[in-house]
Amino acid sequence: MANSSIRIRSKRRQQKAQIRILIAHPMENGRNRDPETGQFIPAHFIQELDISLNGERVIQADLSGSISKDPYFSFVLNHVKSGDLIRVNWVDNLGIHDSREHLIK
Amino acid sequence: MAKSRRHFVKRLIQICSLFGLKSAFAWADWPERLFSTTPYPETLKTLFPTANFIDTNKIHLKLPRVAENGAVVPLTITSSLPDIQKISVLVEKNPKPLSAQFQLSPRVEPTLSLRLKMAKSSNVIVIAETRDGQLLRTQKAVKVTIGGCGG
Repeated sequence: MANSSIRIRSKRRQQKAQIRILIAHPMENGRNRDPETGQFIPAHFIQELDISLNGERVIQADLSGSISKDPYFSFVLNHVKSGDLIRVNWVDNLGIHDSREHLIK
Repeated sequence: MAKSRRHFVKRLIQICSLFGLKSAFAWADWPERLFSTTPYPETLKTLFPTANFIDTNKIHLKLPRVAENGAVVPLTITSSLPDIQKISVLVEKNPKPLSAQFQLSPRVEPTLSLRLKMAKSSNVIVIAETRDGQLLRTQKAVKVTIGGCGG
């Protein structure tokens, strides 16, 4: 778990919870050049991000290379309670994927 | 040993892609045509053929007026409207104007933060689609002092 690419934090106040997600990813859009070789760095970015709460999908996002490196997202969920399970799953354009779960306190 | 195994996996992936098995994986449903390199007006037309935009002040964008670094521009979208089901984020002068699209379930409050890359000074446009099909548009100009989509 320690070397997961995803970090999830939550802060719950009664029924509302703020969820913050940080993903370690280069998010290369294919337009940057390697400063040493002068060659383009191939595109490598997260295309799909899925967030579910207790198995029910709450956010489905399609992303592009114009999301900053190491993407950060935060949002607020309604009607949550202690013990609810958040699951984050991403897939990038090379087919690499990762997921992580988080319990709301 | 490790090297030959890596080689084997590499070849396996190559063979798989040769037979089009790639489409069996999840990333195939990413809508590539929406994220294409077209000028902003055309991207908008592809995304929303009806183009019935309602300019609104009920969606608030929190963005820096001047961004020192175009590679990291923080954006927070907040709204008092309860029934937003889809949020599209566009940067007018980026080579690929569409940055991201979010489908939200009713459980999500319309409060969303993310970080954008901006190639140069431009308008940031957020279009929210309500559950009854209205397209609400808000935009804000951001001046980028050090341009670049640099990572």
